[in-house]
Amino acid sequence: MTLDDLIRETGEWLRGKGPKEEIVMSSRIRLARNLQEVPFPHWGSPRDRAEVLARVEEGVKGSKFLKGSLILKISELSELDRQFLVERHLISREHASHAAKAAASDEKAVVVSDREIISIMVNEEDHLRLQVLQSGFNLQEAWSVLSQIDAELEPVLSYAFLPEWGYLTACPTNVGTGMRASCMLHLPCLVMTKQINRVLHAITKLGLTARGLYGEGTEATGNFFQLSNQVSLGVSEEEILDNLERLIKQVIEQEEAARKALLNQSREGLEDRIWRAHGTLKSAHLITSNETVELLSLVRLGVDMGLLSTLERALVNRLFIQTQPAHLQKLEGRPLSPSERDARRAKLLRESL
Amino acid sequence: MCGKKEATVHLTEIVNEESRELHLCESCAREKGPPEIQDFALAGLLAGLADFGTKLEEGAPGRLACPRCKMTYEDFRKGGRLGCGRCYETFHRYLAPLLKRIHGSTQHVGKRPEFGKASAPAEEAKGAEAPVEELSRLKEQLAKAVASEQFEEATRLRDQIRALEAKPRKRTTKG
Repeated sequence: MTLDDLIRETGEWLRGKGPKEEIVMSSRIRLARNLQEVPFPHWGSPRDRAEVLARVEEGVKGSKFLKGSLILKISELSELDRQFLVERHLISREHASHAAKAAASDEKAVVVSDREIISIMVNEEDHLRLQVLQSGFNLQEAWSVLSQIDAELEPVLSYAFLPEWGYLTACPTNVGTGMRASCMLHLPCLVMTKQINRVLHAITKLGLTARGLYGEGTEATGNFFQLSNQVSLGVSEEEILDNLERLIKQVIEQEEAARKALLNQSREGLEDRIWRAHGTLKSAHLITSNETVELLSLVRLGVDMGLLSTLERALVNRLFIQTQPAHLQKLEGRPLSPSERDARRAKLLRESL
Repeated sequence: MCGKKEATVHLTEIVNEESRELHLCESCAREKGPPEIQDFALAGLLAGLADFGTKLEEGAPGRLACPRCKMTYEDFRKGGRLGCGRCYETFHRYLAPLLKRIHGSTQHVGKRPEFGKASAPAEEAKGAEAPVEELSRLKEQLAKAVASEQFEEATRLRDQIRALEAKPRKRTTKG
């Protein structure tokens, strides 16, 4: 498998299948892990970071879950390829920024498993950031995969751990379980009915964090919200997941209620917005990625509510990703200027819808 | 800055005592580089928390340095990130109140590495097993005592745990 093979497929998490898939786009869990006695990436020497990468590579080779995985060194990737990995949620924006902190970028890498279910960022903020990404509302399955990989790598890598404070991480906000679990929710009707702020406010009070599509510091485009746990010490992995699941179930119910109410009270208005969005996407000759995400959000709502029954959810999911700047350029096979991208994006949408 | 969109991000930059105000729209702000701003804010926030937690402590811990990676407490306060796993032991007394503030707890209750699976010499493993079991039993009791607000009991258990942990002075994970 090579990086270019990824472009022709979509990751498992975009399959559009799984529990509550009409509201929960994907479920993700990540674990922060560090090697004992080796300084954390930002503080270590290039030799330290090289040692980390070498040991992770060895661990990956001996793993049955990670068999056939792709190991990519960030410094060997073009800027386009790095952006491509960010758009696919395989690496963070921080991990992709090669120039910003050049000194600590030398041994950054990412391990990508078959079907992109598992990925490991090496030498990001922590030595390892293990991630499992699944389609739909599927935290339990994600956890069962991730905990097995963690157990498999543990004896080979011997993690920094204190019985009192759990797994030790570069930032004290991640110690304990080192776990951040999140679900990507599509909540257009809570936004339309102006209830979203109330819901997000309540959620934050109950120990969750809400973020945009691409994680920390990004805004909520396309009505997508990433909800995750805040605290990682003093709670077990199961408690974190239970709590998150319980609260997300309530958010799902609120969105479902808002969808029902809108359908009952202003079906025509809703249908009009959805079909107009579909019409614009089908006819535009120049379209920015922001406008695309906003309109695709409405089209996805139409599919989810059975108002646009001719389209498949998986197709809409795929378009969310393939219309992003780096994906378009990878599809085209060459760098494109912003205006060329707008034209190429519009063409892809016209042909697909 | 671009003169096109409405400015929603307002920044004040202070360079050489001269302050300059910037009014940016979302997209310009992003181009100007929000990751730095974010890192900075987080570091500052953590530093603030760390300060608050150590106000009662005597003397300046700033010079205290980790024997493994040489990070000083001052470095941590500036950057908001520790240097290595050993730092957690070196700065233990200063980190405990900080962790309490962030997580509302200072006791890990989740999964732990499976000990003994690694190729530890048999006798070492035998000697270590009993205290490890006792420790985890004590820690469970401690968590319960804290949860039910029995603080005297909790203090007694904590001291017992500390004594046990101090005895072999061995790192629990095995390489």
